[in-house]
Amino acid sequence: MTYIPKPAVRHPGLGANELGLHMRDYEGTISTLCAGCGHDSVTAAVIQAFYELSIPPHRIAKMSGIGCSAKTPAYFVEQAHGFNGVHGRMPALATGANAANRDLYYIGISGDGDSLSIGLGQFCHAIRRNVNMLYVLENNGVYGLTKGQFSASADIGSRSKRGVPNKSEPIDPVALALTLGATFVARGFSGDKQQLIPLLKAGLMHKGFAFIDVISPCVTFNDHVGSTKSYLYTRHHGHELVPVDFVPIRSEISAPSNNGGRTSITMHDGSMVRFRKVPEDYDPTDRLSAYEHYRSLQNRGEVVTGLLYLDPSGEDMHDDNATTSTPLSEMSHEDLCPGSEQMDALMEEFR
Amino acid sequence: MPEPGLDMADRTNDFAFKIGTVNGTGSASANGLIMQAIFRMGIPCTGKNVFPSNIQGLPTWYEVRVSGDGYSARTPEFDLIVAMNPATYERDIADVRPGGYLLHDSSWPMAKEFLRDDINFLGVPLGEMCVREFKGARVRILMKNIAYAGALAALLSMDLDVIRRMIREKFAAKPKLIGSNYKAIELGYDYAMEHFDCPLPIRLETMDATSDHVLMDGNTAAALGCVFAGATVGAWYPITPSTSLMDGFQRFCERFRKDPETGERNFFIAQAEDELAAAGVVVGAGWAGARAFTPTSGPGISLMSEFIGLAYYAEVPSVFVDVQRVGPSTGMPTRTQQGDIAAVAYASHGDTKHIALFPANPEESFHMAVEAFDLAERFQTPVFLVQDLDIGMNDWMIPKLTWDDNFAPDRGKVLGADELERIKKFYRYMDVDGDGIPYRSLPGVHPKGAYFTRGSGHTSRGTYTEDADEYTEVMDRLRKKIDSAASEVPSPAIEMREGAGMALVTIGSCDGAVREAADILESQGVPVDYMRVRGFPFDPLVREFLDAHELNFVVEQNRDAQLKRLLVTETEVDPARIHSVLDYGGFPLSAAFVAGEVNERLGLTPDDRKLRPAAERPEGAVA
Ligand SMILES: Cc1ncc(C[n+]2csc(CCOP(=O)(O)OP(=O)(O)O)c2C)c(N)n1
Ligand code: SF4
Ligand SMILES: [Mg+2]
Repeated sequence: MTYIPKPAVRHPGLGANELGLHMRDYEGTISTLCAGCGHDSVTAAVIQAFYELSIPPHRIAKMSGIGCSAKTPAYFVEQAHGFNGVHGRMPALATGANAANRDLYYIGISGDGDSLSIGLGQFCHAIRRNVNMLYVLENNGVYGLTKGQFSASADIGSRSKRGVPNKSEPIDPVALALTLGATFVARGFSGDKQQLIPLLKAGLMHKGFAFIDVISPCVTFNDHVGSTKSYLYTRHHGHELVPVDFVPIRSEISAPSNNGGRTSITMHDGSMVRFRKVPEDYDPTDRLSAYEHYRSLQNRGEVVTGLLYLDPSGEDMHDDNATTSTPLSEMSHEDLCPGSEQMDALMEEFR
Repeated sequence: MPEPGLDMADRTNDFAFKIGTVNGTGSASANGLIMQAIFRMGIPCTGKNVFPSNIQGLPTWYEVRVSGDGYSARTPEFDLIVAMNPATYERDIADVRPGGYLLHDSSWPMAKEFLRDDINFLGVPLGEMCVREFKGARVRILMKNIAYAGALAALLSMDLDVIRRMIREKFAAKPKLIGSNYKAIELGYDYAMEHFDCPLPIRLETMDATSDHVLMDGNTAAALGCVFAGATVGAWYPITPSTSLMDGFQRFCERFRKDPETGERNFFIAQAEDELAAAGVVVGAGWAGARAFTPTSGPGISLMSEFIGLAYYAEVPSVFVDVQRVGPSTGMPTRTQQGDIAAVAYASHGDTKHIALFPANPEESFHMAVEAFDLAERFQTPVFLVQDLDIGMNDWMIPKLTWDDNFAPDRGKVLGADELERIKKFYRYMDVDGDGIPYRSLPGVHPKGAYFTRGSGHTSRGTYTEDADEYTEVMDRLRKKIDSAASEVPSPAIEMREGAGMALVTIGSCDGAVREAADILESQGVPVDYMRVRGFPFDPLVREFLDAHELNFVVEQNRDAQLKRLLVTETEVDPARIHSVLDYGGFPLSAAFVAGEVNERLGLTPDDRKLRPAAERPEGAVA
C-alpha cells in the first residue's frame, strides 16, 4: 500500500471559518488505524479544534514519536509540516523546533508507551522546560503498534487480552504533569468530543506547556471487560470535574465572569477559558488544590476529566531564555555574525 | 648550585618541562601565566594538561614544550620537572631526563630513596617562604604556585616585565591582589637567583615568532566557529572533554548575540536531560530552519545514534561535535584518543554514512566548524566535527583567526514562499537536479511546502512506503548524495619530500607529531611523504596518494586501526600497502614514538640507519 487518496467529504452544516477554510482543509491522509480506534476520534477532534480556531494550516507543526498514536498527525491538517521522529523522543524534537521557530503552533501527539515508558524522561523534561506546545497523550494502557503489551499506564488489575492481570503500579501522567509544573493540565476521553474540543482549543491557545491526557481505547488489544482504559469503563467511571468552554479573543465576550472571577480565566492573549461548573472548594489556578481534588476523586476509582489546572501567566521557555521575538530560523547571517572587527579585537584577548 | 652540576648542552628555546601539582590547588593560573609569558616573549610553545577525572586531590600535570623551531607535539622527555606534589615525587623524579632538573619545595626534606645522582635537584623552600609572607591557608597555597612561577622565571630567564604586566592585566578588577602576586613572584625569583646558577642551559631567549599568533584551545575555537557560522541553537549534556565548547559558545553569545539594551538574545541553548535529547533538539531545530549543533564525546555519540540515523534518512541538517576521549565505555574521560573514527563514519543502524571533518588544531577547529554548518545544510545531513581532548582542551599556538566579512553561509536548497507559490507541487525527496540533493522546505513558510517528515520508509514524494522499489530509490539517492560530498569536504593535507619512497598518513591531532617524525626520519636518511586526511567521505586524492606509495604508514590513536580500516574499505586500496602505527594510551602523540615505530618496522636500527639482515628484523617488519 502506498498512498490512498482521501475521498473529499463535505461536512454539511459547517461553512468556512474566518480564513475561508473548510473542515476538509484541516484533514489529512486517510487513517490506517483499526476501525473504532480511539485515536481516530481524537484526530477528528483535533481537526475540528484547528478549524474552529482558524489557524492557518501551514503555521502548524505536528510532532510525534512512534506508535499508532504517533501516526495520527498524518491524518490531520495535511498542509501542516509534520515530523514523525523516533520512539519516545518527540519532546526533544519539539523543543528544538520551537527553539528555532517560536511562532508556530506546536502540537505533539504521543502514546502512553511513547511518553511514559521509553520517553518518560523526555516527557518530564519538556514539562520542566515549559515548551510552548500542546502535548496530547493518547492513552490506551497498551503498546498498540507492537500488539498489545502492557504500557506503564496500565492499571493494577487491568487484564491483557489473554487475561493476565497487570501487577505493576501505573504511572499517571496527569498526576505527573501536575507535580512537575505543567502550566496546563487536562484530561479528556476520545469518546467525548464535546468535552475534548474546547480542551484542545484552550490547550492550543495556552502559552507554555499544555498537557492533555486523552483516554483513547485500543479496540484491538485493550477494550475488553477488565480493562480500565476501555470505552465501557471510562463511560461508567468518568467524572467530569471541570467542564470548560474556550472563548478565543476574537469572539465577543458576553457572559461576565461571576463567582469571584473563578468561572472564567483570561489567558495571556486575552482569550478566555470559561468553566461551566466548578466545585465550591476548587481553584483550577491553584496547583495544590487541583492536585488534591484530582487525587481524592481518583481514589474513588473515578476517571477525572476536564481542565484540572491552568496557569494563565503566559510564560514559556523563550521567556526564560529571553529569546528575541523574531524566530531564530528567520534571522539573517548579518544579525548573527559578529564580523571581522570583533574577531580582530577578540584575538588580542588570546595573546 | 648546592648540588653538583651536571652538564647539559645549551638548549635555548628548545626544551620541555612539566609541573606536577595537586588537582584543585589553583595551580592552573600559575601554569597559564608561565605558558603565556613564554608566548609573549615571542617563542613558540604548547601547553598540555594531563589531569585526572577528579575535582580535587588527585595529581595533575601541566606540560610545556618550548620550541624555537615551532614543533608543537608532546615530547615525553622532560628537561625540568617542577614537583609540587609529594605524592608523585617518585614518578616525577624518575621522569627527568639524565642531566635534567627537578625543582621541588625544600621546606621539608626529600626522602633519600628518591634521590638520583644523574639529575640536578633544585630545592626552593616555597612553603616556608609563603608561610612567612602570607596569611591564611588558601592564600598561602595559591601564592606557593605563583612563587614557583617566580623561581622558573629566574631559572629559565623569563622576562619579569612580561610577567608583571600579565599579573596587572589579570587582576585589573582586583588591584588588591596585584601586590601579593608580585611579592610571590619575587620570593621565588630572588631565591633562585641567589642560590642557583641562573639561567640554566635550558633557557628562553626573546624571539619574534608569535606576534601573529594566539594561544587557544580547540573547544574555544570551535565555539567561535559556531558563533560566526550563525548557529543559533545549541543543545548539550555536559561531558568531558566537550563541556568547555558549550561554555565558550555561551560566553561568546552573551557577548555578541545579546541586545545590550533589551537583553534579548539571538540564540537558544538547551542543556538537555541527556545526549539523546540533545540530539533531538538539534534535529528538531535543524528541521525548523536553524543552524543547530551539539558538542559531545564518545558516550554521547553512542546515545545519539538513533537520532543521527533519523537525521540521515529524513535529511535534516545537523552538526555534531565529537571531542574524543579514551573509550570504550566511560574509558578514561580526561585522556585523549581517536577512538570514534569508525563510530561516526557509520553512526546508527541500517545503511548510513556520514560526512565528517577532522581538524588537526584549533585553527582548523574554527574553520571546519563553520564549514560543518555549510555542509550540513548543503547536503541536508548530519555532519560531524571530530576533534579530541588534546585539541579541544589544550592551549595551542595558532595563527590569529581572521574573518572574511564577505562570507555568505550556504543554506542549501531551501525553497522560499515565492518559489513554493510558483511550483506546481513540492516533493521533498525528489532528485530534481540529478545531483542527489533534493529541495527542502521549512515549516511555516507556505502551505505548498508542507510534507510529513519521517524516519520510516518513504518515497521520493515524501509519502510513506513499504514498497521495495520506492524504498530503494531513496536509499540509492542518499548514497549518491553522501558520496558526492567526498570532493566537497576539506581535501587532505599533503607534503611531498625529495626522494621519498614511502609515506606517513595520519589524521587529526597526530599532525604535529607525525610531521616532526618526518623531519626526524629525513635527518636519519629516510625521507617520507606526508598526508593528513581531513574529511570523510574520502577525497579522491586520498586514494591517489595511497596508490602512489608502496608503503604507507597510517598513524593514529586507537587500538583497532580505525582510520586504516576505513581507508581500506572505502578506497579499496591494496591493503598490503598500508601499515599501522598505533598509539592509544591516552597521551598526545610524540614524534619520537612515530619515528621509532617506523624505524622498527623498516627493520632499521636507530644507530646504523641500515637495513638489518632479514633474519634480524623484528617480527612484523615490512621492508
Ligand atoms: C527504539 C524503539 N524501540 C521499540 C520500538 C517498537 N515500538 C514501536 S511503537 C511501540 C509502542 C507504542 O506504544 P504507545 O506509545 O502506547 O502507542 P500506541 O501504539 O499504543 O498508540 C514500540 C515498543 C521502536 N519503534 N523503537
Ligand atoms: S492496535 Fe489499538 S491503538 Fe493501534 S490502531 Fe488498532 S485499535 Fe488503535
Ligand atoms: Mg498506547
